[in-house]
Amino acid sequence: MSEPTPEITVVMPVPPQGLGTPTASSPSARTRILRFVRRQGIWFVPVVAALALWVWSAAFGGFDLGARTGSTLYGFLKEVAIFLPAMFILVGLFDVWVPRRIVERHVGTAAGPLAIVWMLLLGTLQAGPLYAAFPVAVALYRKGASLRNVFIYLGAFSALKLPMLTFEVGFLGWRFSLARTLVTVPVFVLLAYALERLLPPGTRLPEAIPGKGLEKSTVDPAEVSHE
Amino acid sequence: MEILLSITGVALLASLIASRRKTLTGIIRGLKMLWMIFPMLLGIIAGVSILLAAVPPASLARVIGGNGPLPFVIALFVGSLALIPGVVAFPLAALLRDQGASTAVLAAFITTLMMVGIFTLPLEIRFLGRRVALLRNGLAFVGSVVVAVAMAVILR
Repeated sequence: MSEPTPEITVVMPVPPQGLGTPTASSPSARTRILRFVRRQGIWFVPVVAALALWVWSAAFGGFDLGARTGSTLYGFLKEVAIFLPAMFILVGLFDVWVPRRIVERHVGTAAGPLAIVWMLLLGTLQAGPLYAAFPVAVALYRKGASLRNVFIYLGAFSALKLPMLTFEVGFLGWRFSLARTLVTVPVFVLLAYALERLLPPGTRLPEAIPGKGLEKSTVDPAEVSHE
Repeated sequence: MEILLSITGVALLASLIASRRKTLTGIIRGLKMLWMIFPMLLGIIAGVSILLAAVPPASLARVIGGNGPLPFVIALFVGSLALIPGVVAFPLAALLRDQGASTAVLAAFITTLMMVGIFTLPLEIRFLGRRVALLRNGLAFVGSVVVAVAMAVILR
Protein backbone atom coordinates (compact mmCIF):
# COMPACT_ATOMS: atom_id res chain seq x y z
CA MET A 1 0.00 0.00 0.00
CA SER A 2 2.72 2.45 0.86
CA GLU A 3 6.30 2.97 -0.17
CA PRO A 4 8.71 2.02 2.54
CA THR A 5 9.59 5.18 4.37
CA PRO A 6 13.25 4.94 5.19
CA GLU A 7 13.30 8.37 6.78
CA ILE A 8 11.13 7.07 9.57
CA THR A 9 13.21 4.07 10.47
CA VAL A 10 16.54 5.81 10.35
CA VAL A 11 18.62 5.07 13.40
CA MET A 12 19.87 7.95 15.43
CA PRO A 13 23.51 8.58 14.50
CA VAL A 14 22.43 9.40 10.96
CA PRO A 15 20.86 12.82 10.83
CA PRO A 16 17.15 12.30 10.19
CA GLN A 17 15.97 13.64 6.87
CA GLY A 18 12.29 13.26 7.31
CA LEU A 19 9.53 15.80 7.41
CA GLY A 20 9.84 18.63 9.80
CA THR A 21 13.49 18.03 10.40
CA PRO A 22 15.37 20.57 8.33
CA THR A 23 18.56 19.12 6.97
CA ALA A 24 21.88 20.84 7.08
CA SER A 25 21.72 21.73 3.42
CA SER A 26 18.28 23.35 3.89
CA PRO A 27 16.65 22.67 0.50
CA SER A 28 14.54 25.23 -1.28
CA ALA A 29 10.83 25.45 -0.65
CA ARG A 30 10.14 24.00 -4.08
CA THR A 31 12.16 20.83 -3.57
CA ARG A 32 10.67 20.43 -0.14
CA ILE A 33 7.15 20.61 -1.53
CA LEU A 34 8.07 18.18 -4.28
CA ARG A 35 9.52 15.81 -1.76
CA PHE A 36 6.43 16.07 0.41
CA VAL A 37 4.19 15.27 -2.56
CA ARG A 38 6.35 12.36 -3.60
CA ARG A 39 6.42 10.84 -0.13
CA GLN A 40 2.98 11.69 1.18
CA GLY A 41 0.99 12.41 -1.98
CA ILE A 42 -0.49 8.95 -2.23
CA TRP A 43 -2.44 9.55 0.98
CA PHE A 44 -4.35 12.38 -0.61
CA VAL A 45 -5.83 10.12 -3.29
CA PRO A 46 -8.57 8.70 -1.04
CA VAL A 47 -9.14 12.14 0.45
CA VAL A 48 -9.74 13.65 -2.97
CA ALA A 49 -11.90 10.67 -3.96
CA ALA A 50 -14.07 10.97 -0.84
CA LEU A 51 -14.45 14.71 -1.31
CA ALA A 52 -15.31 14.23 -4.98
CA LEU A 53 -18.02 11.70 -4.10
CA TRP A 54 -19.44 14.02 -1.51
CA VAL A 55 -19.37 17.11 -3.71
CA TRP A 56 -20.96 15.14 -6.54
CA SER A 57 -23.87 14.07 -4.37
CA ALA A 58 -24.24 17.54 -2.88
CA ALA A 59 -24.27 19.17 -6.30
CA PHE A 60 -26.43 16.75 -8.26
CA GLY A 61 -28.30 14.98 -5.49
CA GLY A 62 -29.67 11.49 -5.54
CA PHE A 63 -26.26 9.93 -5.10
CA ASP A 64 -26.51 8.05 -1.86
CA LEU A 65 -22.93 6.75 -1.72
CA GLY A 66 -21.50 10.25 -1.82
CA ALA A 67 -23.77 11.55 0.91
CA ARG A 68 -22.96 8.63 3.17
CA THR A 69 -19.23 8.94 2.48
CA GLY A 70 -19.46 12.59 3.43
CA SER A 71 -21.28 11.99 6.69
CA THR A 72 -18.99 9.12 7.69
CA LEU A 73 -15.93 11.18 6.87
CA TYR A 74 -17.32 14.09 8.83
CA GLY A 75 -17.94 11.85 11.84
CA PHE A 76 -14.38 10.51 11.72
CA LEU A 77 -12.87 13.96 11.26
CA LYS A 78 -14.79 15.36 14.20
CA GLU A 79 -13.44 12.60 16.37
CA VAL A 80 -9.91 13.05 15.04
CA ALA A 81 -9.91 16.84 15.27
CA ILE A 82 -10.65 16.90 19.00
CA PHE A 83 -9.16 13.65 20.04
CA LEU A 84 -5.78 13.47 18.39
CA PRO A 85 -4.31 16.87 19.34
CA ALA A 86 -5.24 16.21 22.98
CA MET A 87 -3.73 12.74 22.79
CA PHE A 88 -0.50 13.85 21.15
CA ILE A 89 -0.04 16.82 23.47
CA LEU A 90 -0.41 14.43 26.39
CA VAL A 91 2.20 12.16 24.84
CA GLY A 92 4.51 15.14 24.36
CA LEU A 93 4.10 16.21 27.99
CA PHE A 94 4.67 12.64 29.13
CA ASP A 95 7.85 12.61 27.08
CA VAL A 96 9.10 15.83 28.62
CA TRP A 97 8.16 15.25 32.25
CA VAL A 98 8.14 11.59 33.18
CA PRO A 99 11.61 10.45 34.20
CA ARG A 100 12.91 7.49 32.34
CA ARG A 101 13.90 5.63 35.47
CA ILE A 102 10.33 5.49 36.77
CA VAL A 103 9.04 3.87 33.60
CA GLU A 104 12.06 1.60 33.48
CA ARG A 105 11.64 0.45 37.07
CA HIS A 106 7.95 -0.38 36.78
CA VAL A 107 7.56 -1.69 33.25
CA GLY A 108 11.10 -2.11 31.97
CA THR A 109 12.81 -5.33 30.98
CA ALA A 110 13.69 -6.13 34.59
CA ALA A 111 10.25 -5.32 35.98
CA GLY A 112 8.23 -8.07 37.60
CA PRO A 113 4.74 -9.38 36.79
CA LEU A 114 3.24 -6.31 38.43
CA ALA A 115 4.12 -4.55 35.19
CA ILE A 116 1.25 -6.43 33.55
CA VAL A 117 -1.18 -4.82 35.99
CA TRP A 118 0.24 -1.36 35.28
CA MET A 119 -0.10 -1.81 31.55
CA LEU A 120 -3.62 -3.20 31.84
CA LEU A 121 -4.65 -0.22 33.96
CA LEU A 122 -3.07 2.28 31.62
CA GLY A 123 -4.58 0.71 28.53
CA THR A 124 -8.02 0.19 30.06
CA LEU A 125 -8.47 3.71 31.31
CA GLN A 126 -7.94 5.32 27.94
CA ALA A 127 -10.38 5.81 25.17
CA GLY A 128 -10.08 6.16 21.45
CA PRO A 129 -9.26 4.22 18.35
CA LEU A 130 -6.28 1.87 18.16
CA TYR A 131 -4.23 4.25 16.05
CA ALA A 132 -4.17 6.65 19.00
CA ALA A 133 -2.40 4.00 21.07
CA PHE A 134 0.67 3.77 18.82
CA PRO A 135 2.22 7.11 19.83
CA VAL A 136 1.68 6.24 23.49
CA ALA A 137 3.26 2.84 22.93
CA VAL A 138 6.28 4.43 21.28
CA ALA A 139 6.57 7.03 24.05
CA LEU A 140 6.50 4.29 26.70
CA TYR A 141 9.08 2.32 24.80
CA ARG A 142 11.36 5.33 24.48
CA LYS A 143 11.17 5.78 28.22
CA GLY A 144 12.40 2.26 28.80
CA ALA A 145 9.31 0.06 28.86
CA SER A 146 10.07 -3.44 27.59
CA LEU A 147 8.66 -4.58 24.26
CA ARG A 148 6.52 -7.19 25.99
CA ASN A 149 4.88 -4.58 28.19
CA VAL A 150 4.34 -2.27 25.23
CA PHE A 151 2.45 -5.11 23.53
CA ILE A 152 0.40 -5.78 26.66
CA TYR A 153 -0.49 -2.10 26.68
CA LEU A 154 -1.58 -2.25 23.04
CA GLY A 155 -3.65 -5.33 23.78
CA ALA A 156 -5.37 -3.74 26.76
CA PHE A 157 -5.96 -0.57 24.83
CA SER A 158 -7.47 -2.31 21.87
CA ALA A 159 -9.64 -4.86 23.63
CA LEU A 160 -10.63 -3.57 27.05
CA LYS A 161 -11.19 0.14 27.11
CA LEU A 162 -13.42 0.92 30.05
CA PRO A 163 -15.62 3.49 28.26
CA MET A 164 -16.16 0.98 25.47
CA LEU A 165 -16.98 -1.82 27.89
CA THR A 166 -19.96 0.05 29.30
CA PHE A 167 -21.08 0.56 25.75
CA GLU A 168 -20.63 -3.11 24.94
CA VAL A 169 -22.65 -4.17 27.97
CA GLY A 170 -25.47 -1.94 26.82
CA PHE A 171 -25.61 -3.52 23.39
CA LEU A 172 -24.54 -7.11 23.89
CA GLY A 173 -25.26 -7.78 27.55
CA TRP A 174 -22.95 -8.21 30.52
CA ARG A 175 -22.57 -11.96 30.03
CA PHE A 176 -21.05 -11.49 26.62
CA SER A 177 -18.89 -8.58 27.79
CA LEU A 178 -17.64 -10.33 30.88
CA ALA A 179 -16.82 -13.55 29.05
CA ARG A 180 -15.04 -11.64 26.30
CA THR A 181 -12.97 -9.68 28.82
CA LEU A 182 -12.04 -12.74 30.87
CA VAL A 183 -11.00 -14.67 27.78
CA THR A 184 -9.23 -11.80 26.04
CA VAL A 185 -6.91 -10.66 28.84
CA PRO A 186 -4.91 -13.90 29.21
CA VAL A 187 -4.86 -14.31 25.44
CA PHE A 188 -3.23 -10.99 24.68
CA VAL A 189 -0.84 -11.21 27.64
CA LEU A 190 0.30 -14.57 26.28
CA LEU A 191 0.49 -13.07 22.80
CA ALA A 192 2.71 -10.28 24.12
CA TYR A 193 5.10 -12.86 25.56
CA ALA A 194 5.00 -14.81 22.31
CA LEU A 195 5.60 -11.69 20.28
CA GLU A 196 8.65 -10.78 22.32
CA ARG A 197 9.91 -14.32 21.90
CA LEU A 198 9.34 -14.41 18.15
CA LEU A 199 11.10 -11.14 17.46
CA PRO A 200 14.83 -11.53 17.01
CA PRO A 201 16.72 -10.45 20.12
CA GLY A 202 17.70 -6.82 20.03
CA THR A 203 14.70 -5.77 17.98
CA ARG A 204 14.02 -2.08 18.47
CA LEU A 205 11.09 0.05 17.53
CA PRO A 206 11.84 2.82 15.07
CA GLU A 207 12.78 5.83 17.09
CA ALA A 208 12.93 8.52 14.47
CA ILE A 209 9.89 10.29 15.80
CA PRO A 210 10.39 14.04 15.98
CA GLY A 211 12.13 15.47 18.97
CA LYS A 212 13.41 12.09 19.81
CA GLY A 213 16.80 13.27 21.07
CA LEU A 214 16.35 10.29 23.29
CA GLU A 215 19.13 10.65 25.81
CA LYS A 216 20.56 14.03 24.95
CA SER A 217 18.47 17.13 24.70
CA THR A 218 15.57 16.49 26.99
CA VAL A 219 17.01 14.59 29.87
CA ASP A 220 16.71 15.86 33.41
CA PRO A 221 19.87 16.12 35.46
CA ALA A 222 18.26 13.59 37.77
CA GLU A 223 17.92 11.12 34.95
CA VAL A 224 21.47 11.56 33.78
CA SER A 225 22.79 10.81 37.21
CA HIS A 226 20.81 7.62 37.15
CA GLU A 227 22.05 6.30 33.86
CA MET B 1 -13.44 11.64 24.93
CA GLU B 2 -14.29 14.08 27.74
CA ILE B 3 -12.03 12.11 30.04
CA LEU B 4 -9.07 12.51 27.73
CA LEU B 5 -9.73 16.20 27.23
CA SER B 6 -9.92 16.87 30.95
CA ILE B 7 -6.79 14.81 31.67
CA THR B 8 -4.91 16.69 28.97
CA GLY B 9 -6.25 19.99 30.31
CA VAL B 10 -5.17 19.27 33.88
CA ALA B 11 -1.77 17.97 32.75
CA LEU B 12 -1.28 21.04 30.59
CA LEU B 13 -2.15 23.37 33.45
CA ALA B 14 0.09 21.59 35.94
CA SER B 15 2.88 21.56 33.39
CA LEU B 16 2.49 25.27 32.67
CA ILE B 17 2.72 26.08 36.35
CA ALA B 18 5.82 23.94 36.72
CA SER B 19 7.72 25.16 33.67
CA ARG B 20 6.60 27.14 30.65
CA ARG B 21 9.59 26.18 28.59
CA LYS B 22 9.24 22.45 29.14
CA THR B 23 5.52 22.65 28.46
CA LEU B 24 6.17 24.29 25.13
CA THR B 25 8.75 21.63 24.25
CA GLY B 26 6.25 18.93 25.11
CA ILE B 27 3.42 20.44 23.10
CA ILE B 28 5.61 21.00 20.08
CA ARG B 29 6.95 17.49 20.28
CA GLY B 30 3.47 15.99 20.47
CA LEU B 31 2.10 18.07 17.62
CA LYS B 32 5.15 17.33 15.45
CA MET B 33 4.47 13.64 15.91
CA LEU B 34 0.88 14.22 14.90
CA TRP B 35 1.91 16.25 11.87
CA MET B 36 4.16 13.46 10.68
CA ILE B 37 1.34 10.96 10.46
CA PHE B 38 -1.33 13.44 9.46
CA PRO B 39 -1.46 12.91 5.67
CA MET B 40 -1.43 9.15 6.19
CA LEU B 41 -4.15 9.33 8.80
CA LEU B 42 -6.30 11.54 6.62
CA GLY B 43 -5.90 9.15 3.68
CA ILE B 44 -6.81 6.12 5.75
CA ILE B 45 -9.84 7.81 7.25
CA ALA B 46 -11.09 8.95 3.86
CA GLY B 47 -10.58 5.48 2.39
CA VAL B 48 -12.44 3.82 5.25
CA SER B 49 -15.27 6.35 4.94
CA ILE B 50 -15.78 5.45 1.29
CA LEU B 51 -15.67 1.77 2.16
CA LEU B 52 -18.12 2.05 5.04
CA ALA B 53 -20.47 4.03 2.83
CA ALA B 54 -20.18 1.50 0.02
CA VAL B 55 -20.94 -1.45 2.31
CA PRO B 56 -24.03 -0.63 4.36
CA PRO B 57 -24.46 -2.51 7.67
CA ALA B 58 -27.55 -4.30 6.39
CA SER B 59 -25.66 -6.07 3.60
CA LEU B 60 -22.88 -6.94 6.02
CA ALA B 61 -25.48 -8.46 8.33
CA ARG B 62 -26.74 -10.63 5.46
CA VAL B 63 -23.29 -12.10 4.95
CA ILE B 64 -22.28 -12.80 8.54
CA GLY B 65 -25.62 -12.93 10.24
CA GLY B 66 -25.66 -16.68 10.46
CA ASN B 67 -24.15 -19.79 11.93
CA GLY B 68 -21.49 -22.20 10.80
CA PRO B 69 -17.94 -21.94 9.59
CA LEU B 70 -18.42 -19.62 6.62
CA PRO B 71 -19.91 -16.64 8.50
CA PHE B 72 -17.24 -17.24 11.16
CA VAL B 73 -14.41 -16.95 8.65
CA ILE B 74 -15.98 -13.97 6.91
CA ALA B 75 -16.48 -12.25 10.27
CA LEU B 76 -12.80 -12.79 11.08
CA PHE B 77 -11.66 -11.20 7.84
CA VAL B 78 -14.15 -8.36 7.74
CA GLY B 79 -13.30 -7.55 11.35
CA SER B 80 -9.60 -7.52 10.49
CA LEU B 81 -10.04 -5.15 7.60
CA ALA B 82 -12.19 -2.58 9.12
CA LEU B 83 -11.38 0.29 11.39
CA ILE B 84 -14.82 0.84 12.82
CA PRO B 85 -15.13 2.94 15.97
CA GLY B 86 -16.72 1.14 18.91
CA VAL B 87 -19.62 3.55 18.79
CA VAL B 88 -20.54 2.05 15.43
CA ALA B 89 -19.22 -1.45 16.07
CA PHE B 90 -21.38 -2.44 19.04
CA PRO B 91 -24.73 -1.39 17.59
CA LEU B 92 -23.65 -3.20 14.44
CA ALA B 93 -22.80 -6.30 16.48
CA ALA B 94 -26.20 -6.13 18.19
CA LEU B 95 -27.80 -5.92 14.74
CA LEU B 96 -25.82 -8.95 13.62
CA ARG B 97 -27.03 -10.89 16.64
CA ASP B 98 -30.61 -10.00 15.89
CA GLN B 99 -30.01 -11.34 12.40
CA GLY B 100 -28.99 -14.65 13.94
CA ALA B 101 -25.21 -14.41 14.20
CA SER B 102 -23.82 -16.95 16.66
CA THR B 103 -21.69 -16.05 19.68
CA ALA B 104 -18.57 -17.33 17.94
CA VAL B 105 -19.25 -15.15 14.90
CA LEU B 106 -19.92 -12.09 17.05
CA ALA B 107 -16.81 -12.65 19.17
CA ALA B 108 -14.71 -13.17 16.04
CA PHE B 109 -16.02 -9.98 14.51
CA ILE B 110 -15.60 -7.81 17.60
CA THR B 111 -12.20 -9.13 18.62
CA THR B 112 -10.62 -8.81 15.19
CA LEU B 113 -12.26 -5.44 14.82
CA MET B 114 -10.48 -4.26 17.91
CA MET B 115 -7.14 -6.00 17.71
CA VAL B 116 -6.36 -6.39 14.03
CA GLY B 117 -6.25 -3.45 11.66
CA ILE B 118 -5.27 -3.96 8.03
CA PHE B 119 -6.22 -0.43 7.06
CA THR B 120 -4.23 1.11 9.87
CA LEU B 121 -1.23 -1.09 9.07
CA PRO B 122 0.70 1.70 7.29
CA LEU B 123 0.35 3.84 10.40
CA GLU B 124 1.33 1.01 12.67
CA ILE B 125 4.37 0.25 10.53
CA ARG B 126 5.45 3.84 10.84
CA PHE B 127 5.30 3.70 14.61
CA LEU B 128 6.34 0.14 15.38
CA GLY B 129 8.31 -0.89 12.32
CA ARG B 130 7.36 -3.34 9.59
CA ARG B 131 8.33 -6.55 11.29
CA VAL B 132 6.76 -5.78 14.65
CA ALA B 133 3.56 -4.43 13.11
CA LEU B 134 3.03 -7.42 10.81
CA LEU B 135 3.82 -9.91 13.54
CA ARG B 136 1.56 -8.15 16.04
CA ASN B 137 -1.36 -8.21 13.63
CA GLY B 138 -0.75 -11.82 12.68
CA LEU B 139 -0.64 -12.94 16.29
CA ALA B 140 -3.65 -10.81 17.19
CA PHE B 141 -5.56 -12.57 14.40
CA VAL B 142 -4.64 -15.97 15.82
CA GLY B 143 -5.56 -14.73 19.28
CA SER B 144 -8.93 -13.56 18.00
CA VAL B 145 -9.68 -17.06 16.70
CA VAL B 146 -8.78 -18.47 20.13
CA VAL B 147 -10.99 -15.90 21.87
CA ALA B 148 -13.90 -16.57 19.55
CA VAL B 149 -13.73 -20.33 19.97
CA ALA B 150 -13.37 -20.05 23.74
CA MET B 151 -16.36 -17.71 23.87
CA ALA B 152 -18.44 -20.14 21.88
CA VAL B 153 -17.59 -22.89 24.35
CA ILE B 154 -18.22 -20.74 27.44
CA LEU B 155 -21.47 -19.15 26.32
CA ARG B 156 -22.99 -22.17 24.67
